Amino acid sequence: MSFQGTQTYIATQDLQVAVNAAITLQRPLLIKGEPGTGKTVLAFELAKALDKQLIQWHVKSTTKAQQGLYEYDAVSRLRDSQLGDQRVHDISNYIIRGKLWEAFVAEPAPILLIDEIDKADIEFPNDLLLELDRMEFFVYETREVIKAAVRPLVIITSNNEKDLPDAFLRRCFFHYIRFPDPDTMARIVDAHFPNLQKDLLHEALTVFYNVRDVPGLKKKPSTSELLDWLKLLVAQDLSPETLRSKDNRSVIPPLAGALLKNEQDMHLFERLAFMSRRGA
Amino acid sequence: MLSRFFFNLREAHVPVSLKEYLTLMEALKAGLAQFSVDEFYYLSRATLVKDERNLDKFDQVFGQSFQGLESALDADGEIKAEIPEEWLRLLGERLLTEEEKAAVQALGGWDKLMETLKQRLEEQKGRHQGGSKWIGTEGTSPFGANGYNPEGIRIGQDRSRHRRAVKVWDKREFRNFDDSLSLGTRNIQVALRRLRRWIRQGAATQLDLPDTIRSTARNGGALDLRLVPERHNSVKVLLLLDVGGSMDDHIRTCEELFSAARGEFKHLEQYYFHNCPYEGLWKDNNRRDQRIDTWHVLHTFGSDYKLIFVGDASMSPYELVEQGGSVEHNNPEPGQVWLNRLTTTFPQAVWLNPLDEAYWKYTHSVGMVKQMMNDRMYPLTLAGLDGAMRELSR
Repeated sequence: MSFQGTQTYIATQDLQVAVNAAITLQRPLLIKGEPGTGKTVLAFELAKALDKQLIQWHVKSTTKAQQGLYEYDAVSRLRDSQLGDQRVHDISNYIIRGKLWEAFVAEPAPILLIDEIDKADIEFPNDLLLELDRMEFFVYETREVIKAAVRPLVIITSNNEKDLPDAFLRRCFFHYIRFPDPDTMARIVDAHFPNLQKDLLHEALTVFYNVRDVPGLKKKPSTSELLDWLKLLVAQDLSPETLRSKDNRSVIPPLAGALLKNEQDMHLFERLAFMSRRGA
Repeated sequence: MLSRFFFNLREAHVPVSLKEYLTLMEALKAGLAQFSVDEFYYLSRATLVKDERNLDKFDQVFGQSFQGLESALDADGEIKAEIPEEWLRLLGERLLTEEEKAAVQALGGWDKLMETLKQRLEEQKGRHQGGSKWIGTEGTSPFGANGYNPEGIRIGQDRSRHRRAVKVWDKREFRNFDDSLSLGTRNIQVALRRLRRWIRQGAATQLDLPDTIRSTARNGGALDLRLVPERHNSVKVLLLLDVGGSMDDHIRTCEELFSAARGEFKHLEQYYFHNCPYEGLWKDNNRRDQRIDTWHVLHTFGSDYKLIFVGDASMSPYELVEQGGSVEHNNPEPGQVWLNRLTTTFPQAVWLNPLDEAYWKYTHSVGMVKQMMNDRMYPLTLAGLDGAMRELSR
């Protein structure tokens, strides 16, 4: 069982090594990288490539580690007790399984995606140390131990908003997805738009990397933005010449809204356009 | 061999532990990297490095441990001869074709080149342009950028990378993540979050489920709702910013810190001073207008405020020790008296200095201020901020 990327996901060699190490040694894999470089998509593609079920746990600022294990719905039980429902005598009726529990008991072992772990409270990773290490936990209410028969592959993504604790990191493999170089990028685009004209692709990539090189951008466009933009270009049937034209209005690339998501960045571009027009 | 690599990593301050080393062993035993050095590099990187800030250090150590390069580590394991960033950005990239190689005299092999590079680096002190020996740009020396010696080592040239010729770890592409350098708004915010301490204060608005259950049970089953206050960010900060004079260079960094800080705290008070706080501070950057008595500040805010100075602490020593030493007015009391008053009123205080830490020792007053702050002076880098925040949240 090894991962070489898929038809729609180009994995660089270092990523493949990291993923395969995580699969072989059954340790969690922590993925970091610029937004839009395909951290979350990796889990989806991995599930597709290995033909496994994907269980997603999207972490928010309010997410607690306990919610991933199970929750005890005390309020329902309270209500049932006051209504005299017979279910109330079995506490297991009120235990709601979390994503981790699902992943531990699913057959065959699925892939568990813990998305954006850095969004949660600073103690969140610490609370999951033992659970991820031993892949088991204890349910106090019913006094049973939930243990994974086969360890699921755990993919964790982080956007680096918080530092993760050392003890947590020690248990993971780590991979930083770098922004792809133009060659890899061409392969990625090719995987998504196999019928794109060669010259249009070339011009589009040139424009794209030029935009990324503009100093002072708040949010540099990334792979996912490039793919969106190309989709628009194809839909609008723009010619490579439009992209290439060096007349003084073209400093702002066509359909720039797909690349620049920030009005300050747009403003910066308009200023550049204005300056080059004046220069001409 | 491997254990030496492991200890080299530790000496270079890459935080690796035994656990990771054993994981690497396990991975190697499982046959994950059998046929190529590249795979071994990727595998050991995924296993041993857990933070992109350390990737650059890892690359260096990997290069030294497995390349048989002349080691840049001295006896204590400190990396010496730090090569300036702009030179290094593309170090290790060779730009030769076979014909060119034959055509022009070359120095004789990669190892030799690296060795000579090390030597030159030690000989050379400043930036250099032209010429045929020193490292710099536009020369004919094998070292440097834009030159035409085919076996040259390119240093800090932006274009024309060849994909094949380079060892991956020698590209040092992760240099930007090294935390001793960059400080953008985003980074600052990350560091400042350390300051947040969640304390419950204010009105009770959230349902406290455990307490509700407990008191309902005590009530004999009749529902009894219990509420707790929502969590607030209760860190209080008093920010004193140095403006004007020698700080003009650093004003941008400071403004970033400042704008980041705005969103982070419930109570944030900021005042400006010039060089050293005296009997008056300003609320407005338009500084000579409304001067606020420092005594007033000292009496207004409680000692639970955390005091953060931002300033380069570069001034004439007289400003600190003599009355009337200030550059812009006649101060009845010297700066250090006021510094002392501020730090006694607000015991939790740090001084953030935008000057590069390496230059602190060249300015006398920096050392003096540092001493007055009981060594609580930190550089305005991510690592420095981390240290300062840890100090403040003690």
